[in-house]
Amino acid sequence: MAKKILIVGGGLAGTIVGNGLCRKIGSELSRGDIVITMLGATNQHLYQPGLLYVPFGRIRESELVRDQRKVIDKRVVFHVDPAVNIDVDKQEVTTESGRVHGYDYLVIATGSRVMPQTIPGMAEGAHWFYELDAARKMRDALDKFEGGKVVVNVNAPHKCPVAPLEITFMLQELFEQRGIADKCEITYTYPIGRLHALEPVAEWALPEMEQRGIKYETFFNTKSVDPKARTITSEEGSTLPFDLLVTIPPHQGQQVIEDSDLGKGGWVPTNKLTLHREGSENVFVVGDTTNIPISKAGSTAHFEADTIVDNLASLLTEGRMARDYDGKVYCFVETGLTTGTYVWFNYTTPPNPGPPSQMIHWLKLAYNRMYWLSARGLL
Amino acid sequence: MAERQVIDARGAFCPGPLMELIAALKLAAVGDEVEVWSSDQGSIKDIPEWIKKVGHEMVGIEERKGYAEIVVRKLK
Ligand SMILES: Cc1cc2nc3c(=O)[nH]c(=O)nc-3n(C[C@H](O)[C@H](O)[C@H](O)COP(=O)(O)OP(=O)(O)OC[C@H]3O[C@@H](n4cnc5c(N)ncnc54)[C@H](O)[C@@H]3O)c2cc1C
Repeated sequence: MAKKILIVGGGLAGTIVGNGLCRKIGSELSRGDIVITMLGATNQHLYQPGLLYVPFGRIRESELVRDQRKVIDKRVVFHVDPAVNIDVDKQEVTTESGRVHGYDYLVIATGSRVMPQTIPGMAEGAHWFYELDAARKMRDALDKFEGGKVVVNVNAPHKCPVAPLEITFMLQELFEQRGIADKCEITYTYPIGRLHALEPVAEWALPEMEQRGIKYETFFNTKSVDPKARTITSEEGSTLPFDLLVTIPPHQGQQVIEDSDLGKGGWVPTNKLTLHREGSENVFVVGDTTNIPISKAGSTAHFEADTIVDNLASLLTEGRMARDYDGKVYCFVETGLTTGTYVWFNYTTPPNPGPPSQMIHWLKLAYNRMYWLSARGLL
Repeated sequence: MAERQVIDARGAFCPGPLMELIAALKLAAVGDEVEVWSSDQGSIKDIPEWIKKVGHEMVGIEERKGYAEIVVRKLK
């Protein structure tokens, strides 16, 4: 009997796992000893970091989306048929169409989603760019915007820790370029007592904001938005007026995780070193949907996926795990429309970003183009 | 029954212990406790500061070797 690997989710992490396995265990796949199946919710693979540029009209939408069948190795059997139940005791995954897939090894890679509906008034009163449709609406709102109070509101938890700062600096530059900066006042709000989760990034951002005249309020966790009065109120008791509200809504994992009782809020309890689902030796969890307390970012998903590829290949061919995940995260940070910096850290090495430069900005843009190579496992 | 969830955020540079606590409290029921383990010295100050601001309850802080166990109860 062929050994069955089932990957649920064909976003960044699932795709890297599928493609990486094809490279490592190609001969077992061609002999039919191992079969890899992937379940996805859509046939479109969305390059999410590109969403940051949509509100500014700085990316063509055709660059954001590819046919998943072109991104995933042909040897992976890919079904557009989302999982609706994952039963780790029976080792079975049931899909929307009613099919039941058994597995020897399961990889859960269902990512995270924005949940503006968990905060009263947010969905009606705010713009966000973490989904394509919403990013298009934000572009339309920005096109019409002639000045006023802008609040950039960040909520926990959220993926891509740097996008909120990036959008803030990019908005400020946009207003300057349009000659309306003197009619605009940007206030950035953040859930904890500094401007960014990463201390060195927060230290860098503070003088940058002050110099650019961007206001900020820390310890701001959104309680409600009043779309009519155009105000946003925090759990801490502060209320800010806005003409344009840009939010990073709080995130959760997918419904299927909750419905399968695999984790509160859709976050799956995961061993931070082996990436096993807690309590399952044959279930791995990768990317945004783990509950590991590190950044939910593409680079995290990528480094975790590489670890799972090595471990699964080794388990399937030699019956042993190959290595642990070291907690590595790497992020490019856009510091405006033309400059950028980067930062990396792992479980034991603290972050230390370099000074912003144009070169790093170009590197990030180059990385945007290279995403497809990295999803295909070529980088 | 009130639950207590433990978050091991030792060595978590980003998003860090307080952000993990905020996220966990959103999913917790009123009366539940969240216990955060943090090796970041700043947590001993910034977690109680935020808890006071927002109106939850600090249950206690236990200093362990190289980290602190900080317990908070959700009040609203
Ligand atoms: C605006 C923005 C900017 C970003 N910028 C950066 C950046 O600069 N650098 C960086 O490192 N990261 C960035 N990220 C974060 C990065 O995109 C994510 O962290 C990364 O995609 C996580 O990978 P994943 O595979 O876990 O989840 P995803 O890539 O989201 O994939 C999850 C997949 O699972 C599928 N799925 C969902 N439910 C089911 C189901 N029931 N059954 C089957 N399939 C299902 C989804 O359709 C999706 O294809 C950014 C994200 C956004 C939104």
